[in-house]
Amino acid sequence: MPRIRILVGTRKGAFILTSDAARRDWQVSGPHFGGWEIFHVVGSPANPERLYASQTSSWFGQVIQRSDDGGATWNPVGNDFRYVGDPGTHLHYDGTSKPWAFKRVWHLEPSPTDPDTVYAGVEDAALFRSTDGGQSWQELPALREQQGAKWMPGAGGMCLHTILLDPVNPNRLYVAISAAGAFRSDDGGASWRPINRGLHSQYIPDPEAEVGHCVHRIAMHPARPNTLFMQKHWDVMRSDDAGDSWFEVSGNLPSDFGFAMAVHAHEPDTVYVVPIQSDSEHYPPEGKLRVYRSRAGGNAWDALTDGLPQQHCYVNVLRDAMAIDSLDPCGVYFGTTGGQVYASPDAGDHWQAIVRDLPAVLSVSVQTLP
Amino acid sequence: MAADLDRHTVCVVLPYHLYTLARCSSTEVELDLAGPVTLAAVLDALEAAYPMLAGAVRDRATGLRRPLMRFYACQEDQSNLAPDALLPDEVAAGREPLVIVGAIAGG
Repeated sequence: MPRIRILVGTRKGAFILTSDAARRDWQVSGPHFGGWEIFHVVGSPANPERLYASQTSSWFGQVIQRSDDGGATWNPVGNDFRYVGDPGTHLHYDGTSKPWAFKRVWHLEPSPTDPDTVYAGVEDAALFRSTDGGQSWQELPALREQQGAKWMPGAGGMCLHTILLDPVNPNRLYVAISAAGAFRSDDGGASWRPINRGLHSQYIPDPEAEVGHCVHRIAMHPARPNTLFMQKHWDVMRSDDAGDSWFEVSGNLPSDFGFAMAVHAHEPDTVYVVPIQSDSEHYPPEGKLRVYRSRAGGNAWDALTDGLPQQHCYVNVLRDAMAIDSLDPCGVYFGTTGGQVYASPDAGDHWQAIVRDLPAVLSVSVQTLP
Repeated sequence: MAADLDRHTVCVVLPYHLYTLARCSSTEVELDLAGPVTLAAVLDALEAAYPMLAGAVRDRATGLRRPLMRFYACQEDQSNLAPDALLPDEVAAGREPLVIVGAIAGG
């Protein structure tokens, strides 16, 4: 009988939510690492009992925690994230140049085949990889050669927040950075190219600008890895050529600003977003928390509301806070800055809150366990 | 000041987040070290005894005190003490602790 394990990172600790395949009754454990910001918790596809967590603090710095028993016990592993060479400077909010400095790990992406290999996306933006279970970390520095001096922070910091590993071509990786854009490597991270053609950002006057776009999230279905979906600062975008070109699929969304995005487990053209009012108003339009689902790969979107608050709701759903399990029908999960984690056991048709009063949710990932 | 090569047992008081990270049973830890009892020597000994604290008090890359960390000893703020300057004799003698505090900032 399959089981579901949801790994939740919050402003004040990590929580683990577990259920059987019905996904109606949930057990909650936590807080783990109480009082620390947990930016991301994620399991290895190659060994589901191997979990990694990014534990961070403005006071005490970065810790990477690892569990080898599904989150029952944890041990700190390596936290030495050093850029290769002199990383130089990047643009700051005010247009001045500022030295590159490591601050925290936003996102961890384990290898689909090796539990000891895991990638880390960090602030200030760079990509690191560990091949020894997180004990040591090596930067893939060629990424910063993509006009890194022109990158600048988004409102949350200059973070590398999205890492996609192509399930068909192990040499192909995608990353996204706020506010630099999306990048692709076809040689395992040895070299990179910006993949931002077709993106338009109000604050970038050059329509051909290769970097500087504030990409909030990219998502992929493993059965169709050349098709990518993007939630940009504004605009929901799609690419059918591995990011070489993008076109807008915002369609009838009430707002095309947002952060979170996910693709259905079994339908490559079914995509989920959570529209947010605007870049100045980080809450749902009209105070109604609505997930929007397109079954057509974008443009035509339906509001999913059953079980979600439809009045006086002013939470945000952050970029790493939505996940999909692989049961049939697939489960959809997301967490809010108000501390709720919502679950739908039927691909978004109906929702219930698993928990309502956690600290602000930073990330949600899910494991479908045998 | 104790600027000799004797061995010293120094007491360090850790903030909650660090003694839980280090899995200490109490907020106070005792560290044995040889040579002059400087801030750097105490922090070196702390990180050697508790490797998970490396990077938590001092920046990994620069070796400098993290911006929101403060050090106190003998009712004095030692936060801006040079790393190779001697801590007070009372700390070197183990009669007073070096207190590591997270600065009060934010909620």
